[in-house]
Amino acid sequence: MAWFRRTKRPREVSERQRSIVPEGLWVKCQGCREIIYSKELERNVQICPKCGYHFRIDVQARIDLLLDSGSRVELFEGVRPSDPLKFKDTKSYKARLKDYQKRTASLDAVVVVEGTVEEVEVVLAVIDYRFMGGSMGSVVGEKITRAAERALESARSLVVVSASGGARMQEGVLSLMQMAKISAALARLSEARLPYISILTDPTTGGVTASFAMLGDLNIAEPGALIGFAGPRVIQQTIREELPEGFQRSEFLLEHGFLDLVVERTQLKATVARCLRHLS
Amino acid sequence: MSPSEPSFEAPLSELRRRIEELEAYPPGSGRSKEIDRLRSQLTKATADVYKTLNRWQKTQVARHHDRPHVRDYVEALTNNWVELHGDRAFADDPAIVAGFATFRGRTVAIVGHQKGRSTKQRIHRNFGQPRPEGYRKAMRIMKLAEKFGRPVLSFVDTPGAYPGIGAEERGQAEAIARNLIEMAALETPIVVTVTGEGGSGGALAIGVGDRVTMLEYAVYSVISPEGCAAILWKDQSKRREAAEAMRITAPDLLELGIIDAVIPEPTGGAHADPEATFRSVGDVIEKALIELEELTPRELVTARYEKFRVLGVYEEA
Repeated sequence: MAWFRRTKRPREVSERQRSIVPEGLWVKCQGCREIIYSKELERNVQICPKCGYHFRIDVQARIDLLLDSGSRVELFEGVRPSDPLKFKDTKSYKARLKDYQKRTASLDAVVVVEGTVEEVEVVLAVIDYRFMGGSMGSVVGEKITRAAERALESARSLVVVSASGGARMQEGVLSLMQMAKISAALARLSEARLPYISILTDPTTGGVTASFAMLGDLNIAEPGALIGFAGPRVIQQTIREELPEGFQRSEFLLEHGFLDLVVERTQLKATVARCLRHLS
Repeated sequence: MSPSEPSFEAPLSELRRRIEELEAYPPGSGRSKEIDRLRSQLTKATADVYKTLNRWQKTQVARHHDRPHVRDYVEALTNNWVELHGDRAFADDPAIVAGFATFRGRTVAIVGHQKGRSTKQRIHRNFGQPRPEGYRKAMRIMKLAEKFGRPVLSFVDTPGAYPGIGAEERGQAEAIARNLIEMAALETPIVVTVTGEGGSGGALAIGVGDRVTMLEYAVYSVISPEGCAAILWKDQSKRREAAEAMRITAPDLLELGIIDAVIPEPTGGAHADPEATFRSVGDVIEKALIELEELTPRELVTARYEKFRVLGVYEEA
């Protein structure tokens, strides 16, 4: 074989390299490696105009994308994390929380708002991946449970947008129990025949996938999102084999029957609205 | 000492070995006296060791090869056992055992993780790590229990759900999530006993119940101490620190309000006296069933909702 021929496929982009908000005037697309003008990216709801790669977007952009303007009321905004285990690894949980709160100007990793999607009334919860990897501790669990309960009381549909590494280790088994708590609230919502749409975005893994993210009446994902239970690295370490191409991406889950739809971001709002009108 | 034996058990094994050696000799002057002396020394040493176990050491007890598994409980506590197989969709998963049996005068459904003891069995049982079909089998049996008005006994003992390609392809996350929502609304009593390792979502997937108890040296955590150490300390050998920080033992969970009771184990752990362990576990389950049989299915589901609804610690402005 010629020495200049590439034998290895290009390496997967690491989590760290996939910055969430592109800064500066020009951005390198993580899908096609092309250089894009950031203003153009912004106009295109953070989708690469050349290859369609979906950059991650923050909570506010997500709310703007889905809800009609002027219709929004934030709910349960006073719920804030505490440190029930007095957890400390190389750094204390308290200090970590403070850091993230400063950096993101939010108290924890989820925002709940009431509003309308093309005039259909919904309760919307959006997980903030920038805040400790969107990890689910007591606050995320409590606010999503309340969102489901609010939907139930006000007979609205529930929409949850996930982007999370899973349960938050720093709150130990309390984080795990949030999976059961939210699922129980979703059981009630389902019994009342109120629609619940789960939107899975890059990345959705661990305890979040293994609870509310997979429990939508409809599960809808953005293209190319990493979605799974175990993370790819854990699986690779366990089986010591190369993972198949496209493994745990939205299209893979669609093919295996776990998603109803993979929808481009530009079509997301219209699709959600259409589905909600069919169901409610 | 077997290679998997925790190091704090080494002095105890040494004493046991010496007792066995002496017992092989013909009875004679001072032999039985020496055996008695060693026996009482062993009892005292065992009590001393087990009194001061840290959280990582308790994790090792929870994972002990000789620890009783669900099939041992079934054999000791029930009769008329009928094991049922398969998820009706893909396969039968040997990492989860499910079926019906008679427990102290009533028919119950039983689901539980099975680890296996010999190397061959352990591989067959996939070390107690279920694949999606295992969770779907458990759910199928729990739905049967609901349909025919039988309570469910669940025995939790798993390192976690299996992280593999096939498991992901067949929807590991969906299978776990489905069980959580279905168990929350299941109209029959569910009594959960964590007998060994409560490994994260793989444990919770059969762990939503009206009563949740843990054996004294069982552990229950959001991630294994090794996994947590690898992520937060970037060093797997910090598993002891991780076990301490996550507070994963039965008394910890009782204090956090997550479980209803801790079932005391015999001195030296469940494996030191399985019969005594079976009796205590059986008594706790029976008491729970008697209490729960008083409630209507609707009342059960409402109480179960309230039980999980309050879990979580946060502040509110």
